[in-house]
Amino acid sequence: MTLEWIGDVVLLVVVLPVVIYLLHGVLTAANSIVPSVNRIAAAAQRGSADLDAVPLLLHTQEQVIATVGVVADYGGSLDVILDDDQGA
Amino acid sequence: MPAAGVVMIIAVVAIVAAAVVYLVSTIVALRRTTAGLDEAITGVVGIIEKSAPVEEVVNTINANLDAGVDLLEGLLVKKAGLSDAVGLIDGLYPGAAAQGLRNIPESKDVKAPRISEVYTRGTLTLARLGREAPIAAASPNGPALRNPVYGSKASAALYPEGRPGRVPNLPRSPVIGADSPVQYDPDEEVGGPRKRMPARQGS
Repeated sequence: MTLEWIGDVVLLVVVLPVVIYLLHGVLTAANSIVPSVNRIAAAAQRGSADLDAVPLLLHTQEQVIATVGVVADYGGSLDVILDDDQGA
Repeated sequence: MPAAGVVMIIAVVAIVAAAVVYLVSTIVALRRTTAGLDEAITGVVGIIEKSAPVEEVVNTINANLDAGVDLLEGLLVKKAGLSDAVGLIDGLYPGAAAQGLRNIPESKDVKAPRISEVYTRGTLTLARLGREAPIAAASPNGPALRNPVYGSKASAALYPEGRPGRVPNLPRSPVIGADSPVQYDPDEEVGGPRKRMPARQGS
């Protein structure tokens, strides 16, 4: 009978607090992850939205190619019109 | 049932109940974490898909710009010469002469002539004369010195100490009249070729 009471005391005084402490730690860690994950998700969404203008690079590429072509045409004309440097 | 057995059952039930409460709360938190990660993964996948063609496009743009720069630098050196080309570039972009031209490594050693100084002085002169030079229109110190609408007032401001008088050392004007050193004879010159003036000594 005495051993049973000792077992009861151990369960209530030692085992139950330890179980509660460990589970509380797990729950706290799990809850602390949620805000971080939410911030990461929001940042990813904003980053994805920032890249919506990337397709405009294709237009920029076409414009650059066309501009360089025009510059090359003008350069060819200037090469014909202007005399070369005498020291060249 | 003995009292000790009852207490033990109560203790075990309390432990199980605590475990259930905390584990259910943990499960809920992990489910929220999973939902957030799913959202984050969606955003990251979008970033990856949208940024995939960037490298190729940017490389193409840079290649074309490099070709344009090479063309213009080569044309400038061909037409203006290396020294003047470096001076002109340094005038437009102060300090750029130290970097030199990309395709001409020896351009770093060229001492750039101060072409920009001449341009700046001329431009400032135009600005002071109120000829709406671009530098006056965009001057951070305000509009041009001279207002073209009220030009007299603005021009007076150019001489705050009064307009300068006649310079005493100006050469004398040609003398005309009966006492002039070179006489005009209408009988000889009317209808005929103009008489040549006597040449100056030493010219």
